[in-house]
Amino acid sequence: MLNKNIYLILIISLVFAISFWIGFNVNLLPAEASINAPIYDELFKILFIIGLIIFIGMTIAVIYSLFKFRKRNDQIGDGIALEGNLSLEIVWTIIPSIIVLLIGLYSYNIYDRMGGMKELNHNHEMMSSNSEKIWAGISQTSDNEIAINNLSIEVSAMQFAFLFNYPKGNFISGELHVPVDQKVSMKMESKDVIHAFWVPEFRIKQDIIPGQPTILNFTPTKVGKYPIICAELCGPYHGGMRASIIVEEESDYNEWFNKNKKPEVNL
Amino acid sequence: MTISIDPQKTKNESLQPKGWLRYFSFSLDHKVIGIQYLVCGFLFYLIGGTLASAIRIELASPMSDFMPRDVYNQVLTLHGTIMIFLWIVPVVNGAFGNYLIPFYVGARDMAFPRLNAVAFWLIPPSGLMLVASYFVDGAAQAGWTAYPPLSITTPQSGQIIWILSVLLLGGSSIFGGINFIATIIKLRRPGLKLMQLPMYCWAMLGTSLLVVLSTPVLAGTLILLSFDIIANTGFFNPVLGGNVVVYQHLFWFYSHPAVYIMVLPAFGLVSEILPVHARKPLFGYTTMVFSIMGIVVLGLVVWAHHMFTSGTPPWMRLFFTIATAFIAVPTGIKFFNWVATLWGGKISINSAMLFSCGFIINFVFGGITGVALAQVPFDIHVHDTYFVVAHFHYIVYGGTVFIIFSSIYHWFPKVTGKMFNEKLGILHFIITFIGFNLCFAPQHWLGLNGMPRRVAEYDPQFQFVNQISSLGALLMAISTIPFLINVFLSVRNGKDAGDNPWNALTPEWLTSSPPPVENWEGEAPLVEEPYGYGKEISELK
Repeated sequence: MLNKNIYLILIISLVFAISFWIGFNVNLLPAEASINAPIYDELFKILFIIGLIIFIGMTIAVIYSLFKFRKRNDQIGDGIALEGNLSLEIVWTIIPSIIVLLIGLYSYNIYDRMGGMKELNHNHEMMSSNSEKIWAGISQTSDNEIAINNLSIEVSAMQFAFLFNYPKGNFISGELHVPVDQKVSMKMESKDVIHAFWVPEFRIKQDIIPGQPTILNFTPTKVGKYPIICAELCGPYHGGMRASIIVEEESDYNEWFNKNKKPEVNL
Repeated sequence: MTISIDPQKTKNESLQPKGWLRYFSFSLDHKVIGIQYLVCGFLFYLIGGTLASAIRIELASPMSDFMPRDVYNQVLTLHGTIMIFLWIVPVVNGAFGNYLIPFYVGARDMAFPRLNAVAFWLIPPSGLMLVASYFVDGAAQAGWTAYPPLSITTPQSGQIIWILSVLLLGGSSIFGGINFIATIIKLRRPGLKLMQLPMYCWAMLGTSLLVVLSTPVLAGTLILLSFDIIANTGFFNPVLGGNVVVYQHLFWFYSHPAVYIMVLPAFGLVSEILPVHARKPLFGYTTMVFSIMGIVVLGLVVWAHHMFTSGTPPWMRLFFTIATAFIAVPTGIKFFNWVATLWGGKISINSAMLFSCGFIINFVFGGITGVALAQVPFDIHVHDTYFVVAHFHYIVYGGTVFIIFSSIYHWFPKVTGKMFNEKLGILHFIITFIGFNLCFAPQHWLGLNGMPRRVAEYDPQFQFVNQISSLGALLMAISTIPFLINVFLSVRNGKDAGDNPWNALTPEWLTSSPPPVENWEGEAPLVEEPYGYGKEISELK
């Protein structure tokens, strides 16, 4: 009996060790290029490790049973008439409940750190100061001080392109240019069907809905060029509906901005 | 209630065609209807599978070069709709439910045999109509979700035929659901208690409750959508002041429970198969029943987890995260109980057992990614990507379709009276299992790294992984060949199976194979312990 328990403990620790090793050493995610990305990857790592432990454990249990309890040729009759074990069943109700609850609380914390729980109707967030209802999106934690310096961009999506309007420069661009390490605040609306704004390296996505503006705030952290992908089926050319986001040093950004800037029309 | 043979019905039965012709007739026999559902569903599975192969061929290269882009969208829409509404739902509910439920409750037929036949005969015309819509003016191309405004702005005829077809299939599903509830509650043999029913009855009771509660919502939604398309109303049309997100709420109020309509019966079927081939009682009967009902209740209040990026308010996201994650608890109980059923058994390693164990492994994997997807911050990155595609194929293919094959092998001797070829069955399992995992496991990585779903073209850096996935799809297509050969050869020349080749204790095995029209020659046996393996025969009564 003692021997059996030692084997069991050994196998369980081995499953944990393998899962932790894979969880820490196998990277399944693209580069991290926004404040959100490391927070997301932290959640991913935890879920990945817990998932691996459960999956490897269950798989071993099934394959072991098939091997160990297989019917040998000379065997007749049935297995043991075991119809249940209440304490065991209580254990495997309570432990998963606790795990699920902890994951839920933890992901709430992650979501809060990403800015998901922030009230989205504050006008200082928005460039248009009317009181239209903004449905949702991800907002970054921000104090008002930074919020004033927000880079505000209006995104309009249509079959099959994104257009980025820079109200301060009075111009529209097909490429999204943003300075690194600065909070970007986008108000998005669709001209026709539902689209979605997704930058995998930023780990953010928000649907762009006709007749219902959504907002999305993010802070890029790494200079580079990343794809903007439409993630909601929007018609025949859905797969081709892509744009680029170019994250650059502030000086490069300013140069680009000034080059495209159009003078205000004074009436 | 006494069970007597209704003379009116017997007279009708004698007018029914005999032999294979009865499968093409308006038969009232639940066994004939069950086989009609199964074969009809399998034919649509072949069509849906062909469409899936077309998708994987297109995705073997990063450019859109195999078919025109709008045809690609029609193909993915038809693939989803056919596989869900014409293969999985009718087979796992209609086929096995009709064949088994009357046996399990000790009845001679379903409660409403004519309604039952109507429910089946709605399926072939609506399925053919759906497929034929391709040849009219192009099939629907807004995905099986038919989100407006896309579904309003794409060519109308295809979308309207799609709506009509899904409405008819939904009607068929509701008729079936009412029939199952009535049969399980009211037609039980005298002396048979609810808590003595085989687990599949509980699964079908839970599923039918979901069908009856949620399918009418889908029907209403689709009728409103059709008004928007043909009568220029503005329920979901933003140009006319409609709200597109309301459609999503209404659609998912049905379509999330639909996932449970597809997997709960599979949970029931595997609970019938494992004890027989492991020679052990089903572990934890009572907790299994409660977990089914728990899944039914929770399944109705989780729909908005499909809409975490749709512009739902933060509090709503939080509620649906927690509700969704908690479904893992009753589901987890069932999986632990099945492994405990295997533990200490005398397991026959055969086709039915292998497919059931493949189901457990695949579904656990899909369940784990499901708990991850329930977390809002996790979902925001992978929503509408190939990660989600991989997740739900692990649930509906790796889960339910594996159980459909397992069940076909398990009940083949009952239905035909013949034995199938075990070696071909095991070959079928091996190719399916490898092909399935090769096809869908890499798709998780694709989704995490930036490949959205429902695209005909993609970033060339994903080409290699997509080709692995397409290779897996090819294996899955090949895997149907040994299955079909096996079925055809065994129906024609199979060895005589006897009445009960597995020595099973559930009531359908306590009659001849194939069973007589009235199910039992004499009175229906009272099976108080459908899982009494390992007990003395005398204890079983």
